[in-house]
Amino acid sequence: MPMSSATSFEVTIPSDTTEGLRVQARILDLIALHGFSERDTFGIRLSLEEAIVNAIKHGNKYEDAKVVRIAWRIHDGELYVEIEDQGAGFDPADVPDPTAPENLDRPSGRGLMLMRNFMDGIMYSEKGNFVAMRKKRSS
Amino acid sequence: MASQRRIDIEDLGDVTVARFVDKKILDENNIQIIGNQLMDLVDVDGRRKIVLDFGNVEYLSSAALGNIVKLNTRLKSVGGKLVLCSIRPEIHEIFKITQLHKVINIQGTQDEAVAGM
Repeated sequence: MPMSSATSFEVTIPSDTTEGLRVQARILDLIALHGFSERDTFGIRLSLEEAIVNAIKHGNKYEDAKVVRIAWRIHDGELYVEIEDQGAGFDPADVPDPTAPENLDRPSGRGLMLMRNFMDGIMYSEKGNFVAMRKKRSS
Repeated sequence: MASQRRIDIEDLGDVTVARFVDKKILDENNIQIIGNQLMDLVDVDGRRKIVLDFGNVEYLSSAALGNIVKLNTRLKSVGGKLVLCSIRPEIHEIFKITQLHKVINIQGTQDEAVAGM
């Protein structure tokens, strides 16, 4: 029986994608406990991977001195995740549309589009080094 | 140090069937290794007709998609051909969302992919 009260966690990890995968595993364990479907889990896993790798790779540029803060909670069947890096940030509006014919052969630039498709909501801070994502459990 | 092979190779005439070993193509380090091994099929081994079999793959990220796009571009540039097959519905959705199904040949089964060469 899914819990209705909020369950919150927060960790700070170094700019290391292996550490990112460990946090992903914790969040996936939690959503499994709360009865999220396989399809929900697929989209959440993908979105977490994209957002955490973006923070480590493009935000912190793998710098040892920089960390990534990841916070998450589930309340009333909705997962909410915040990911914040210590990089210079970016403007999501500057990311070219990867589905434009001239961009289809580009090897990168699809992560944000996948996050927007698989999550219910994505919000970036004005500076662009903080992203919040939410996903409601499918009924 | 030799990196662990992340792709199984099978030769069917002049067609190479490359099958991902991993269920989850997510880890950045793995993706780098997979990308290098895929490009080596063309640049080192001289293979020109490649079927990429996703039968084992349950998850992949945009970085993995980037490798497939690079391989497709490389093969096109040398007159070769890439065909993808055995893709489960969730992964296929990723190709549709990103519209990559318009530029990459995707078939159902491995037999169909080989026949499509």
